[in-house]
Formats: sequence, structure tokens, C-alpha cells
Amino acid sequence: MKFSGLIWAAVYRKPIRSSLTLGSLFVAFLLFGLLHSVSVAFTQGVDFAGVDRLIVAPKYSIIDDIPLNYQRRIAGVDGVELIAYRSWFGGTYQNNKQFFSRWPVPPKEFLDIYPEFIIADEQREAFISTRTGAIVGRDVATAFDLKVGDRMPLIPNIWMNKDNGPWVFDLVGIFDGADESVDTNQMFMSYDFFDEYRTQSQGGVGTFVVRITDPDRTAAIAAEIDAMFANSSDETKTTTEKAYNQMFANQLGDIGFIMTGILSAVFFTILLLTGNTMAQAIRERIPELAILKTVGFSNVTVLILVLCESLLIALLGCIPGLLVASMLMPALSGAVPFFGDVQMTPLIYIQGILLALALGVIVGLPPAVRAMKLNIVDALGEHAA
Amino acid sequence: MSDTLIEVSNVSKIYQRGKMDVPVLESLNLTVDQGDFLALMGPSGSGKTTLLNLIGGLDVPTSGSIRIGSENIDQLSQGQLATWRSRNVGFVFQFYNLLPVLTASKNVELPLLLTGLSGKERKKRAQAALSVVGLEDRANHRPAELSGGQEQRVAIARAIVSDPELLVCDEPTGDLDRTTADEILELIQLLNKDYGKTVLMVTHDPKAADHASHSLHLDKGRLIEAQPA
Repeated sequence: MKFSGLIWAAVYRKPIRSSLTLGSLFVAFLLFGLLHSVSVAFTQGVDFAGVDRLIVAPKYSIIDDIPLNYQRRIAGVDGVELIAYRSWFGGTYQNNKQFFSRWPVPPKEFLDIYPEFIIADEQREAFISTRTGAIVGRDVATAFDLKVGDRMPLIPNIWMNKDNGPWVFDLVGIFDGADESVDTNQMFMSYDFFDEYRTQSQGGVGTFVVRITDPDRTAAIAAEIDAMFANSSDETKTTTEKAYNQMFANQLGDIGFIMTGILSAVFFTILLLTGNTMAQAIRERIPELAILKTVGFSNVTVLILVLCESLLIALLGCIPGLLVASMLMPALSGAVPFFGDVQMTPLIYIQGILLALALGVIVGLPPAVRAMKLNIVDALGEHAA
Repeated sequence: MSDTLIEVSNVSKIYQRGKMDVPVLESLNLTVDQGDFLALMGPSGSGKTTLLNLIGGLDVPTSGSIRIGSENIDQLSQGQLATWRSRNVGFVFQFYNLLPVLTASKNVELPLLLTGLSGKERKKRAQAALSVVGLEDRANHRPAELSGGQEQRVAIARAIVSDPELLVCDEPTGDLDRTTADEILELIQLLNKDYGKTVLMVTHDPKAADHASHSLHLDKGRLIEAQPA
């Protein structure tokens, strides 16, 4: 701590240069916070998917349908315990200020297969028995100030109905997640009503969700299901829910790869920029470092001082960048509703700080070693000359 | 009877410049008593700064030995030499070599950062050193806010703050006008006489050398003359 004044003084030796360096680091870590949070939000469903659930999807594209009548045949496969299905509804609700996914499902079977959606018994029964019934997750209810009994008109953009107008659902329940990892930014409505009133593709579903009795038999059951429909006009591809979610995400673009690519480019540039600045700062201070050694600072102490200076610069750019990123999260969620509720998790803070420390070491080590190896007589001689 | 503080025995120093060996000091012998004020004079390239650097522990001889007090400093490692310098030698240079981002007080405190002293004690000692050189009212000024003479006084305060026995001064007045140079030399003389510091001073200036109790002349790496001042 007694050297802290010396380190701070070195950082602010050239205020304009330091401010520019800190500014560039701030922007880099702001981007890190924003992009990494989006990436995590986009893939979090993948990480928390059930291990005992399989998704039976169209083999070639997620926009194809598969016949609902596959249900009976799939249910007959040995090891299949429960089966439900769902389709992607799309549509727009109100001003679309917060995107949430909407799925027509068979109410009873779907809630049986997803016990992590917690809903009151009477609301569950209402969902099962109401043809126009729908339930929403807590996130949706909070965002739109919804309560049971409300009517929810959705403007169609994929599935037109026979009235050629909005779909109107009766909100009969609000569900919570069993824990924080469960996505409650969703809406489920009765498949029967949806299928009866849509103008096309009746009798088709987007995917089946299958719960199996033995997760160790995942591969065998998946293969058996796909084999049943091989060479038909609607072939299937069965995978674990986790793999399917990952594939679904990848069809929209490998978000993780894109984010990593952007961040790598940003940090590589920052590495060169900050590295050059640090090297220049040390070059300018060679006589001063020689004086420190003259009055008794050891080589190792000088090395540590320069490294600390580099780490301090990295952290001074990182911490405000991450904090501002977290403050921008609500605005980001609103501006890009498709990503849902984007948040800066503690892990992102930790990763950001570790990245800053690594950057500080990489950038600071070469000039620190140079300072450590500095020959006092030569350095003072240069100054005198 | 004075005790010998510095004993330089048969010291040679050869620098490598590319593939060439450049001898700077050749088999040089010198003793300096405790409490002496010795001026080292000679033309440029005669080896006087090299000798000063060797005695101050900033450089090591190619051959020979240097004993300061009870320590054979040519036997010390780089780390040991750094510690030894921090406790035993104060340095004053022609261009002051203050850290521009630190105040006068913080510059003076620098050698004390290597001790176990508290911040309060370091500040107190720095203030005391600044009062010895007559700059206690300039403690919070940065070097850019001081005159050349004042900067050199701060450098002297830094040199004496850890109370070393030996002061090595390399052209301490080389960058100052005559009047200011005389004031600095009188201050160094005061440190020698009243505070008992042994002073080794390299200078080109015969008037500066007049303040010393002895002068030694070097030429081409050899001690050619010793005369009482």
C-alpha cells in the first residue's frame, strides 16, 4: 500500500493519454458486458434443459411441420413416458415492448411434462378446460401488468385465423418457475383452439416433447423414433432438449460465436493500443526508474510497480465499463426484446475482471521486464546525454 | 586519527562497446577517511563518474575490491547492493533527477518507502530533511514549480533523509548559476561539517572543488595527483 501513491502518480503522469487509454478500455469492457450478457441470455435455455426430455422435430427445417398423428406411434415406443407437442405462434402483443415466446400446446400433457412451471391447481384446471384459455409466465405478467381474467389479443404474423383478425385469448393462469433458471417469459395457449381456427396446416405441430423413463436410453429411443418415420414425407430428427435448443439457437446464427468474434477483435485492438501506450510510458520514464533503483528499489520491486500500474489501468477501465453495461441492461432488453430479459450475472462480472487482470499482465509484463533489467548507469547516462 | 570509510583496492573497470574493450579505470587505489569531503576532478572521460558509481554501488568493478565501512560491496548481489545503497549512500546528480509527478515531500520520502516506517513517520522525516536544506515551506510543490537551485536542494534532502554515512555528488552544481552553485556547495559543506557526512564530489569546476577538504585528479583512468585543498 505504501507504493500506491507512486503507482497512481505514474498512471496520471500524462492525464490526456491516460484518459484516452482508460476511455478505450471502458468502451471495450462496456461492449464485453453488453455482448456477453446477450450471449448468455440467448443460450441460457440450452443450459437448463431437462435431461430426460427429447424433442422430435422435422428433420430438415424448424419451419416445417410434422403430423400430429405421429403422437400415438411415438407414445407406443418402449421407454416413452409422456408426450406433448407445441408450435411456434409468433404474433405481436400490444406494442411488443417486451418480446415473449408464444406456444400453442395441449394444456394437460404439456404441464405434466414440464413440472418446473408452477401454477395454482384451479388455474391449471381452467387452462385445461377453457378452449380459448392461455397462461403466461410471471415475467410476462409483470411486464404487461396482466392478471387472471384479462383478454389478450395477439396480432398474427404467421398464423391467420378464420376471422382474419386478431387472436383473442382469455388469460386463465400465471405460472412461476421452480427456480430462477426457468424461463417465465413465455405464453402457452390451447392447441385445439389454435388448430381449429387457423387457416392452414391443420393437424401439424412444430415439435413433439417426449419424456422418457430412462435417460441412459436417450440415443436408442431417439433412433427408434426416427426410424419409424424414415423415408416418409415427414421425416423426423430426435435429439435431447438441450441439443435441440442449441440447434434452434444456431439456426438464428451462432450468437456465441458472433459475440466472441466481435469481442476478440475489440480486445486484440485494445491489447495493441494499451501495450503500445504502456511501452511508451515506460520508455519516457527510464531515468525515473533508474532513480528508484539508485535509492535502493530492487529489480523485483520495480517490476512489480510497473505491473501494478498496468493492472490498475486495466481495472480502472474495466470496472466502470461493467457497471455502465449493467445500468444499460434494462434499455437493451427493451430495445431488443427478442433476447428477453438480459442481465449482467455475477459470473460476467467475474469474467470481466479476470479478463482485465489478464490484459493488465499481458500488456504490463514486457515493459515491466524491461524496467527490471534496466542498468542504472546506462539509464542515468542517457538522461545526462 | 580518522577511520577509513572507503578503501578502493586495485580496481579496474572495462566497458564493452560492441566487440571492443574500453578500459576506464586501471588498477586504481584510493582511501577516503570518514568525515572527508573529497573532490574528484579531471577531464571528460577520465573515469571520475565511473569511480563515483563504483563507490556508490551503482556499478561493479571488473576487477579489484571496494570496501565501504565493513562491507565489501563488490561481493554483493544486485539485490544486496540495492539494499546497501538504500541504507548507506545518498546520491546527488547534476540534473536533480526528481520524479516530476511527485511533490517535493514525496520525492524526499522515496528512499523511506523501502523501510518499515509508517506513513506519518516518513512524512515527518521528509519534512525534517527539507528543513535542513531550507525548503520546509516548499514541501507540497512539484519540481516544475521550483527553481533549479530548489530542485537540487530537494535532491539533497532525498539523499540525506535515510541518514546515510556517505554522500556521492556527481556535478551537483553543473546545471546552476554561480550564486546558486555556491549556495548548494555551502549546503554540502554544512552536511559534511555539521552532520558528519563523508562527501565524494565529482566536478569540473575548480571553484566547486575549493569547498572540498581534498581534491584528487584523474586522467585516463589513473589517479595522477592528490593534493590538500
